[in-house]
This record gives sequence, C-alpha cells and structure tokens, in this order.
Amino acid sequence: MADVAQAPKVEEKEPLFSKKNRKLLSDPLDDNNPITVQVLGICSALAVTSQLKPSIVMAICVVFVVSFANLAVSLMRKVMPGRIRMIVQLIVIAALVTIVDIFLKAFAFDVSKELSVFIGLIITNCIVMGRLEAFAMGNKPWAAFLDGIGNGIGYGIILIIVGGLRELFGSGTLLGYTILNVEEGSFLANIGYQHNGIMATPAAAMFIIGVLIWIQRSRNTKLVDIS
Amino acid sequence: MQDLINVFIKSAFIENMVLSYFLGMCSYLAVSKTVKTAFGLGLAVIFVLVITAPVNWLLHEYLLKEGALSFLGSSFAGVDLTFLKFIAFIAVIASMVQLVEMIIEKFSPALYNSLGIFLPLITVNCAILGTSLFMVQREYTLAESTFFGMGSGVGFFLAIVAIASIREKIRYSAVPPALRGLGIAFIITGLMGLAFMSLMGIKV
Repeated sequence: MADVAQAPKVEEKEPLFSKKNRKLLSDPLDDNNPITVQVLGICSALAVTSQLKPSIVMAICVVFVVSFANLAVSLMRKVMPGRIRMIVQLIVIAALVTIVDIFLKAFAFDVSKELSVFIGLIITNCIVMGRLEAFAMGNKPWAAFLDGIGNGIGYGIILIIVGGLRELFGSGTLLGYTILNVEEGSFLANIGYQHNGIMATPAAAMFIIGVLIWIQRSRNTKLVDIS
Repeated sequence: MQDLINVFIKSAFIENMVLSYFLGMCSYLAVSKTVKTAFGLGLAVIFVLVITAPVNWLLHEYLLKEGALSFLGSSFAGVDLTFLKFIAFIAVIASMVQLVEMIIEKFSPALYNSLGIFLPLITVNCAILGTSLFMVQREYTLAESTFFGMGSGVGFFLAIVAIASIREKIRYSAVPPALRGLGIAFIITGLMGLAFMSLMGIKV
C-alpha cells in the first residue's frame, strides 16, 4: 500500500475552458461581483462614471491591468519572498498602469486628459491588489488570468451601467449623441422634463450603486447581509 | 502662515478626499462597521499622509520633474522622469507604511495591536496616492504639501468616524433586508456627499 501512496500523482491535463475555468470567468459577473459583493474598487467606479465614454475606457484599462497583473504575479508566486510581496505586487501593477497611461496619452489624448489622475489610481484600485492577494498568489497562471478577466468584466459592467444612467439622465446624451432632447419646443420640453443635475455629481453614483446592490440582493437572497 | 491654514481647511472640509472626491472609498466602506476601528484607521491615515506628502514632494522636485536632475550637470538638464511618478510614489508609500508599522510595533505595542491589519491596508488606500498626485498637479510648495497631507488625513478621519457612528445607529432601524449593510452604507455616503457639496461655495 505504501508504494501506491508514494507513487507520483499523475497531473490531469485540464482542458483550456473546463467547467471550473468557465466558473472563474462567470462568477465575478454576478455572485461574486467585485463592486457590489466584494466592495473593491469603489473609488474609480464613482469618479469616472459621469459619462459613458470614460467608463468604457476605464473598464477596458482595468480588465487589461487585472488580468496581466494576475498572470505575472501567479508566474512569480513561488520565487517571491513573503515579506516584500506587497512591494513586488505594487511594482508589477504600477508598471502595467504606466503602460496603459502612456498608451492612452498617445492614442486617446482627450480621454486620457479627462481621466487624469484616475488612471494612476488604478494602482491603488483595490480590485487589482485584492485579486492578487486572494487569487493569484495561490493559483496557476492560466486560472489567475481568467480570474483577472472575469473580475475586470464584472467591474466593467457596473461601471458601464452607472456611467450610462448618469450620462442619460444627467445630460440627456449617450456617448455624446443626444437621446433626451430638451430644447425649446421638443416633446420633452413641452411636458416639463429637465435634466437631473444631481446625476452629474459623484453622489449620484453612490445612490445608483446602492440601488443596484438592493436589486441584486433582493433577487439573489443568499447575498443578504444579516448583521 | 495664512496660506497654509487655508490649504489645510480646504483639503479637510471643502475638498474632502472622501466626501467630495470619493477617494479612499474601499477602506472607508470596509472598516466603518464600528467607531473604534474607524478611529484607529483614521489616525493611521493622518500619520502616513503627513509623512508621505512631503517625502513625495521632495522626490518629485529633486528627481522626477523635468530638469530636476540639472544639479548633476548640464547634460542632465533635459531629463524628464515624470513617467516614473506612479512607481516612485507607490514605492515610497509602501515603504513608509512598512516603516510606520515597524516604528509603532517597537515603541507602542498597545497602539500596534489596536490597529492590527489596518496598517498594511493603508498602502492601497487611494486617498494617499491621490493626495500625492493632486499635490503635484496643483504645484504646491513643500510646506503647503505637508499641510495638504495633514488636511486630507483629517478629512478622511472625520468622514470615516462620521459614517461609522451612523452605521452603528442604523443597525436598529427597519431597513429593507436586501438593502441592509452595504447597500444602505452607499446611500448614506451619497447623502453625506451631497451635504458636503454645500461647503463648496466657501472661498478661502
């Protein structure tokens, strides 16, 4: 019997998109959403969502940074000394964010100016750090990469919903195209509709995310916080 | 002197990091369940901000800014290292937090124990990096950045203690079950943010 126990374990070859890996991608979209359940990355979710376009750009940047930071840290997880792991993780994140920042400056200057310090603040976006600590430090590179993409998209969805609502009701446009026309003589102006100025403030994002959490938890009762 | 006090008042109240810029939200929402822990985190944030703001200012002024390296000779006068800003600032913050942790552990074990896990958490508090980045953007002097750091820290402290006391009280109210905890905390913060907007008209 001893021989059997000591025989080297045969590594099972896992298919690239096994059920487990698909779950890594889909879980953060709802049950384990980074914003509404894990409470990570709120700051940027509030600051950049006054319009749809920066929200979409920010979502793409975060997907890129989280997935590649997860990949890099997961590759290094066995050689990294525990004491300085925070600094190593931060340097990895900061390097990726610098790439994103320079790329945006070169190819989308006006968006980059609009997002200003918030691109830099991706470094301290708790999503990245949180996923590195919670997942990438203990899992294989491919799984970590998928987890990064899943969490990035879960974050992006919330960002795009909030950004869309805020732009639509705050200034009546979506991506800069007028949807709700309130000019003199239009239908909406005649029934007395006005743009909602509060939607332009970050406080509105708090209300929208609060309501999103409410909707999600009344649908998905196992997430309800009893305390 | 009056300038410095103005910077302090402005950063603590009118442009409060948490309630006007909505930075540092993650730890603000995660650590505000009881007043006691919120108090500890708030103090630690003030401490770290007062140190990192001037250190990062010196780093930016004498190493990173365009032409900052000219003291090494005229051939370095055109060197612009500002693209290293993020990495340099976050490295300073991470090492400062580590340093603060070691100093507190050595000289005041009681305070160290009461802060516990919240000390390392400060590293990823966006309010800290945000303060350094805003300080560069607004071109403050060394003294002004120190006061700006202190003001931002005091602002964070006030905000987190305020929400923690509200959350302790609201536990006894009839909030709909799905909205309990996180949901209502978001909405309260939104209302507090609206209240703080009324300070924006003050000119200092």
